[in-house]
Amino acid sequence: MDGNLNALTTVFTEFYYWVTVVIMFLIHVGFCMYEVGASRRRNHMHTLMKNVMIIPLVTVSFFFFGWWIYWAFPDFPLFGGLNYEAGAANLPWAQTMGPNAGDRITGVFWAAFLLFSWTAASIVSGSVIERIRSSALWLHAVLIGSVFWIIDAAWGWHYAGWMVKKLGYHDAYASGVIHAIAGGYALGVLCVLGPRIGKFAANGTPRDIPPHNPWLLTIGIFLIYTGFWGFYAACNVPIIAPEVIGGEIVGTTWTATNIYLAPTTLSGITFNFLMSLSGGLMAAYVVSKGDAFWTFSGGLAGIITASAGNDLYHPVQAMLIGAVGVVIVYNLHYWVERRFKIDDAVGAVAVHGYAGVVGLIIAGFVLWGAPSSPFEGYATINPIGQTIGAVIMFFVLGFLPGWGVSKIQSALGVLRIPEEVELQGLDYAEHHAYEDAKAAIIEADKAALSAKATA
Amino acid sequence: MSTIGYKSWAVDMADVGPIYPFQGWEVAMVVVGVIFWLGWHRIQYVRENEHLEKAKRIGDPEKVAKTLERY
Repeated sequence: MDGNLNALTTVFTEFYYWVTVVIMFLIHVGFCMYEVGASRRRNHMHTLMKNVMIIPLVTVSFFFFGWWIYWAFPDFPLFGGLNYEAGAANLPWAQTMGPNAGDRITGVFWAAFLLFSWTAASIVSGSVIERIRSSALWLHAVLIGSVFWIIDAAWGWHYAGWMVKKLGYHDAYASGVIHAIAGGYALGVLCVLGPRIGKFAANGTPRDIPPHNPWLLTIGIFLIYTGFWGFYAACNVPIIAPEVIGGEIVGTTWTATNIYLAPTTLSGITFNFLMSLSGGLMAAYVVSKGDAFWTFSGGLAGIITASAGNDLYHPVQAMLIGAVGVVIVYNLHYWVERRFKIDDAVGAVAVHGYAGVVGLIIAGFVLWGAPSSPFEGYATINPIGQTIGAVIMFFVLGFLPGWGVSKIQSALGVLRIPEEVELQGLDYAEHHAYEDAKAAIIEADKAALSAKATA
Repeated sequence: MSTIGYKSWAVDMADVGPIYPFQGWEVAMVVVGVIFWLGWHRIQYVRENEHLEKAKRIGDPEKVAKTLERY
């Protein structure tokens, strides 16, 4: 770090990302609470464990290979080979991947991306509760968290990604690169996994499986909202000089940028975060006729729909886009549920997947012609590029791998828990060990009391 | 001798790079780490299979019915 201004900028950036990581941790806390609240009492501990263990498994695999993929894959395989040079500093054995006084950014930047990985895996986890084997889910978690989402990030969420260059793909706050892919992946798994026992009546009518603890769900989704603030901040580069960017920006005014190194402001995205949240909540309240959980989830879906362009939208645009997205995904959720008998326990495919797809396409129209990048020669933002991008995210890198891996797991008999276990509950053995231990100690205490009384 | 390569901090920070122990052994450490990670998956997979096989047969219908009632 030569010069105090550079040193200060570096240490500020290091601290900035560190703070975003801490805030983003609340997303995972929220997902855990939401899943447990939505599950029935007989499955609580397994549901919680299934999501908690995503943290270490995705973390270590993201350290071993996920982070390298981001740097090596921007052009691979369609428009070039692996970028070994950029990948070298991000291999798990690189000296920058650890305490290194000469590098203060790799660790916090790695962690910011890693928290996105947890989110992608956790989105899938919620939709499949109460019937998937933990081992099966954890394989999917590693695949989406450390392979498929980070491939999509290299392609479409990297300043040099081929989707940005060739398609003008713009997805500043991850409508597609996190939410569409995770929703698509979840749908792929759900198609093979099948519904929970009792979800559909004999005539195919879907039954509601109400949450065991609605208050836990409420706190969970509010924690997800809170963590989402960190997520938004983590998508920005907080401060950078034009000469460091090295693109077409002239002058000496430093700026915040999005992940593509194109200018934005933290202030602007704060307007849009809140306005799209509000649009989503308001539309969801109306369309669901005041259903509490759809209203809360609608707030999230509103943000997700507007996220692709929330670096540039006017706040009123962000609000309306959030609202439109919610109306579409709400109706699509119930149509898909009835038509294809899909049991998505937490509505993750709709709130994340459909909202992400709709948001990408809307951004293509509203931001049509805007530069996708500060670098020369990149395609500008356009509806066709955004639509192709949405298909790549939701279907190619999301649905197909989720469906394919689940098919293999199903064929091997390692995807779904046995029917007997599903009925008695995944926690049955633990519950009865607890009840038996409780009964034994109560008996022992009573016997001791009785012996003392008669002595 | 120092495992991190520095015996004192009387240094110019501009010259300091990695400060973790056993520099030069990174590849070996990663190999150990990957074995630990994959081994964990193997142990968990085997245990879960055994657990689910046992769990299929332990359900007392009366107790299961009570569990269902508790929602």
